[in-house]
Amino acid sequence: MTNDKRLLLLNADDNVLVCCQALSAGSELAIEGQTITLPAPLEVGHKIARRDIDAGDKVIRYGVPIGSTTSAIRIGEHVHTHNLKSDYIESHHRDAVEGKI
Amino acid sequence: MNPGNEISLQGYLRQDGRKGIRNVVLVVYLVECAHHVARQIVNRLDHPDVQLIGFSGCFPNDHALKLMKRLCTHPNVAGSLIVSLGCEGFNRTALSSEIEASGRPVKSLVIQENGGTRTTIDDGVAWAQATRRATADSGRVPMTIDELVVATICGGSDGTSGISANPAVGRCFDKLIRHKATCIFEETGELIGCEHIMAERAITPQLGEALQASVDKAARYYDTLGYGSYAPGNADGGLSTIEEKSMGAYMKSGDSPISGIINPGDIPPPGGGLYLMDVVPDGEVRFGFPNISDNAEIVEMMASGAHITLFTTGRGSVVGSAISPVIKICANTETYQRLSEDMDINAGRIVQGEASLDELGEEIFQRVIAVAQGQQSKSESLGHQEFILTYKHFEPLGPSCLPLR
Repeated sequence: MTNDKRLLLLNADDNVLVCCQALSAGSELAIEGQTITLPAPLEVGHKIARRDIDAGDKVIRYGVPIGSTTSAIRIGEHVHTHNLKSDYIESHHRDAVEGKI
Repeated sequence: MNPGNEISLQGYLRQDGRKGIRNVVLVVYLVECAHHVARQIVNRLDHPDVQLIGFSGCFPNDHALKLMKRLCTHPNVAGSLIVSLGCEGFNRTALSSEIEASGRPVKSLVIQENGGTRTTIDDGVAWAQATRRATADSGRVPMTIDELVVATICGGSDGTSGISANPAVGRCFDKLIRHKATCIFEETGELIGCEHIMAERAITPQLGEALQASVDKAARYYDTLGYGSYAPGNADGGLSTIEEKSMGAYMKSGDSPISGIINPGDIPPPGGGLYLMDVVPDGEVRFGFPNISDNAEIVEMMASGAHITLFTTGRGSVVGSAISPVIKICANTETYQRLSEDMDINAGRIVQGEASLDELGEEIFQRVIAVAQGQQSKSESLGHQEFILTYKHFEPLGPSCLPLR
């Protein structure tokens, strides 16, 4: 199944696609035969789901796991720190760093 | 016939037989208290080949001494002026003996015994000036690619680094290794999650186990510190977890077999090949984070002989380095356009489908050769000469880390 050329599939096993061109809210994207309308802008380098992913499942990029989901993710949804966590060391953010001080 | 053999380089031949691609006179402060004097000497000479490096701490450290010895006898270094306050813990005699034994000119100025700030600056300027002039015409001899040591690092990574700049550097590494050059990649803390696939590339099963153990050590170390090698900017750029960042970083290593593990300052054996530098200290967590910023990693790979560092960046770093040129490879066109005056190569063309990984790999390879032949990299021409060296502790590596070939 072909995907929008503004999205990159790095490995056939991946369940995420990488955005390779800045996309504005409302952009229509073809993902695995479905048409998805972006609810918010997506920056280059960010990921969206290639298919529905259950809560607790592995997210696969480059053909290898890059962490587990913390909630169910629908096809076309942004996959990032709000719904994906490391299986090794928790990721930290600026506000969290400030909160520690 | 190996096409790389037709590429001719000219190296500065040192008395110890090593060959450099630059001809630097170092001014080295051994404690923060001597920093100002050393910096004034460098500022007064205002010459790109007279460069400042140093160690800030007053307490002695075996790792810092080892690295300083390796850096002052680096093939790109012609001679060194050591600037000491006098009472710091750094073993300045051991450092100057090592430099002297390598055949390079060395002079130590101890501020407490030399009349103070102004006198030491004047004496230092005179020595460094004379030494730069005396070594400026150091004999240049033919040098081949298999004598080059090339390092790689990523800084300011984002979601594009792992699909453009990093695998393009990997292609360049593969070509350099086919020409029997030595290539070094590092930061085991940024290989967390890649340990199993990396181990399969080891030239012996024992080395594969050692590679996994080095990443396990990094995971434990960073877990104790409470932070992975993952900065807020990585999240802005779309990277969600340390293992996602790791897989992208891992792409820099290319597809060649891994020939061994080295610690900072260990010189890889002759014959070329790909080496992983284990930068995470051994034993209990002490002295803080393994590498507090990108230049700490560049310094460690230079201490292992790196002539050039390939620096990939998605968010956009601007740093260079003292001693060895840094070539910047930008992972996306947006950042490239924002910081084009600092970027050597735009790998964002891969993201946009305008160039292939092989084409970019070849472009990086050609830039490595040009910089080795004397062309200035962007950071070099802008005067970037960053340097940082901090406290660490390492145990000697086990026998499985450097298998005989």
